[in-house]
Amino acid sequence: MADPITVSALSKTFTLHNQGGIRLPVFSDLSLRVAAGECVCLHGPSGAGKSTLLRSLYANYKADGGDIIVMHRGAPIDLVSAEPWRIIEARRETIGYVSQFLRVIPRVPALDIVAEPARAIGVSADAARGKARGLLTRLRIPERLWSLAPATFSGGEQQRVNIARGFIVDYPVLLLDEPTASLDAENRRTVIALIQEAKARGAAVVGIFHDAEVRDAVADRLFEVESFQGRAA
Amino acid sequence: MSAAASMRTRAPLMQARSVTRSYGGNIGCRDVSFTLYPGEVIGIVGESGSGKSTLLACLSGRLEPDSGVISYDMRGRGFVDIQTLSEPERRMLMRTDWGMVHQNPRDGLRMAVSAGGNVGERLMAVGARHYGDIRGEAQNWLAKVEIDLERIDDKPRTFSGGMQQRLQIARNLVTTPRLVFMDEPTGGLDVSVQARLLDLLRGLVRELGIAVIVVTHDLAVVRLLADRLMVMRRGEVVEHGLTDQVLDDPHHPYTQLLVSSVLQA
Repeated sequence: MADPITVSALSKTFTLHNQGGIRLPVFSDLSLRVAAGECVCLHGPSGAGKSTLLRSLYANYKADGGDIIVMHRGAPIDLVSAEPWRIIEARRETIGYVSQFLRVIPRVPALDIVAEPARAIGVSADAARGKARGLLTRLRIPERLWSLAPATFSGGEQQRVNIARGFIVDYPVLLLDEPTASLDAENRRTVIALIQEAKARGAAVVGIFHDAEVRDAVADRLFEVESFQGRAA
Repeated sequence: MSAAASMRTRAPLMQARSVTRSYGGNIGCRDVSFTLYPGEVIGIVGESGSGKSTLLACLSGRLEPDSGVISYDMRGRGFVDIQTLSEPERRMLMRTDWGMVHQNPRDGLRMAVSAGGNVGERLMAVGARHYGDIRGEAQNWLAKVEIDLERIDDKPRTFSGGMQQRLQIARNLVTTPRLVFMDEPTGGLDVSVQARLLDLLRGLVRELGIAVIVVTHDLAVVRLLADRLMVMRRGEVVEHGLTDQVLDDPHHPYTQLLVSSVLQA
């Protein structure tokens, strides 16, 4: 069985056409392999390209060259060259992504925002909501907030709704962008437990964890994105 | 889920090949090609005059392209070049398997007919004859688009802009079309009303697994609705791809300008 994530010869340069065409090389010839049940922590100073790599792994950023092979439905797909509908399908079933900020949808209650990814893969409304309730409870979102749209929630509450949404489906690949950035110690430990459970069921996890406690608890190894800098043409 | 299921079968719903249309010496749209799959939502963005409305008019058979082919997978017939359809065939398609949501509800509604009649009329076009069934289905759809059932016999001219737009959507979706064209569906509405309409559209499109081609200049609309995005400038598609990829990592100079010009609220 191939690894869930295999990145090879990946390169990314931003070209800012409206600022004199300035070119900002981020990384080149980057290779990374993540095994099932393994958690890789993207490491390095601010500006090293950690977020750019993580977003590339979700096909949110488009790499210039190389490939990102993800095992989806038992077969490899290359996120750099796949058609949009295939990427959408892979995101629905295979690749979970917890961003730093929740993108709030007007009027949709927190419970449904969390349940939505499970509904999208065919889980019944009742089962999806049941699972959503369980996650919101674990993440200490008070029940009185579940039926409200999270637009008015605090930053920490929004982030916990976002985490619940990211963990409601047992994705084989999980991408985490500072999931504990605005959380207190108790909730941080809950997120650590969620990540450890995901690893135990065989998820390949790639994350950015600035918090040393979280990093030490979940990461199997550190990956220095910076070491692939400066080689871009 | 229906959207997810239908996208698993990879047969396209519509294919556009090198669609070109000009007005006199002026370019409308030039050499536009794409494939639309069932249940997929494509956004077309660009400024006024970019050709996006011309393209939409060609795709929906309201305007004849100078060159290029638009083929559609018609129920029971397979792929048909929509230019070869007779006028009655095209109108039938427009009333049944297609929908068209105009920016101005007045262009898509019959203002002198009751709200219930506006919805029921589309049902009658597909053969419904039983008054009770038609009224029941009309009520069902008015509820889905959050229009108070007490207003069913009122004429749309007494409705607010947001209600008219929701009625137009109900009128279009009642026949469960497989493809709906939308031209600036939130264009004339207040911001608070826009959010409600967008959320409603998003829910219905996903629930019913409808394919949508939506033209707008509002990037927030496509961010929320569209799987894929085409960016048009001076009649040409300058960039296309996954919606969030095009908006978060734009490559073409014009897309970069468009994205960076949005004011952060």
